Amino acid sequence: MGLTRKDLLDIRSLEAGEIQTILDSAASMKEIASREIKKVPALRGKTVVNLFLEPSTRTRTSFEIAGKWLSADVINVSGSSSSVTKGETLVDTARNIEAMSPDCVVIRHAASGAAHMLARTLRCSVVNAGDGMHEHPTQALLDLLTIRDKRGHLEGLSVAIVGDIAHSRVARSNIAGMRKMGMSVTVAGPPTLIPPGVEELGVKVARRLEDALRDVDVIMMLRLQHERMAGHFVPSLREYSRLYGLTLEKLRGARDDVLIMHPGPVNRGIEMAPEVADGPYSVILDQVANGVAVRMAILYLLIGGRGAEA
Amino acid sequence: MPAVTFREKAQVLDEPGIDRALTRIAHEIVERLGGTEGLALVGIRTRGVSLARRIAVRLQGIEGRPVAVGALDITLYRDDLSLKNGTPVLRGTDIPFPVSDRTIVLIDDVLYTGRTIRAALDAIIDLGRPRMIQLAVLVDRGHRELPIRADYVGKNLPTARREAVQVLLREHDGQDRVVIQEPDDA
Repeated sequence: MGLTRKDLLDIRSLEAGEIQTILDSAASMKEIASREIKKVPALRGKTVVNLFLEPSTRTRTSFEIAGKWLSADVINVSGSSSSVTKGETLVDTARNIEAMSPDCVVIRHAASGAAHMLARTLRCSVVNAGDGMHEHPTQALLDLLTIRDKRGHLEGLSVAIVGDIAHSRVARSNIAGMRKMGMSVTVAGPPTLIPPGVEELGVKVARRLEDALRDVDVIMMLRLQHERMAGHFVPSLREYSRLYGLTLEKLRGARDDVLIMHPGPVNRGIEMAPEVADGPYSVILDQVANGVAVRMAILYLLIGGRGAEA
Repeated sequence: MPAVTFREKAQVLDEPGIDRALTRIAHEIVERLGGTEGLALVGIRTRGVSLARRIAVRLQGIEGRPVAVGALDITLYRDDLSLKNGTPVLRGTDIPFPVSDRTIVLIDDVLYTGRTIRAALDAIIDLGRPRMIQLAVLVDRGHRELPIRADYVGKNLPTARREAVQVLLREHDGQDRVVIQEPDDA
């Protein structure tokens, strides 16, 4: 089964079978990273525009490498260097880019819904690389790929997602993806950072970090999203870290083979102690490596088969 | 495009026929290359891989040593991606040995236009610089569109373009046979 949609905007609207297809394709793409010549001609002559209007290193670099390994031409437009600073609206910027006939626009934007709006405006494919507090679908897909690689399957696994759930698009996309793949999810964090009604997404809520960690297969730590916080959500970073920071000591209550994940960037010493981030349970760098494979798969599945409209 | 259905016109190889063809190809490889030193077989997914494994068993029987076998997925190298409706599923390349300085025998079930082999050559060469690449196919049905020919052929099978050749193998189809099909126009 292929992917028959024009855009990849969120996990919410994907079916489990589509997620499976993306993960299987990504698994095939991983072989290319091990080659001496890391390039295949699949997207030769295709143009991918990375429109990143919010800071990003990992995701932008990852999309750029993914496109280049598939032989696409990748152009990066970042917020600070673009006409956006001269007052151009997002739709105008996008229409101007579209006039140059790209095959795909990858958008990162601080406003929730920005990718959906672009997708309605543009004829080319649109990939959401993170929109405000809404979704970050490629992050969830690379997380699922990492878990599947390490455990061999997804169904029946349990995950604790810890930290700033309220402002996290990573949490939102992961909860949607994990539930679709038959996994159980517990969220934990300060009550001010757990969105009311989160249970409706099919997750359990734990008050204490220690309760969330017990018996889970995966612990996913999140960063405090200071840039999205309007007001005071935690009394102090120190208190947050003491209650919700993952340390070796708190890990003693977890399973011996637990996987520890973090979407990055890690604030060492706040949500995660350095010994944990660099420790044997940590798969943080596997996540980054899998990010390239997942984005290759998505670009290939969205724009690889088209060109001549059938 | 309306779906074309095919009906079987003739069976051209049965199970013993396929066995004999693969045994002959194995002997020809040993004779032509003077042994299996430095040799690796690379099957083109999907059925080429099964044929490569079967030939490898025979080569080991003749020469008494194992021969490396790899699997090649040429999807990312195809020149007809844009003509397809939707994207073909990737099944991955798995070549667990360096190809540089090896003699590679590419193996596929049917040789037709030659475009698959053109893609496979590009894919192999991206992995390194083999000493030599040869081609073995179970069936050569003609109608080449590129200057490509097979070094080892199980059966030469003159066909019309409108016909289809289907290789059925135990590993995928539960039976071993090769059939010619023709469009069911009537």
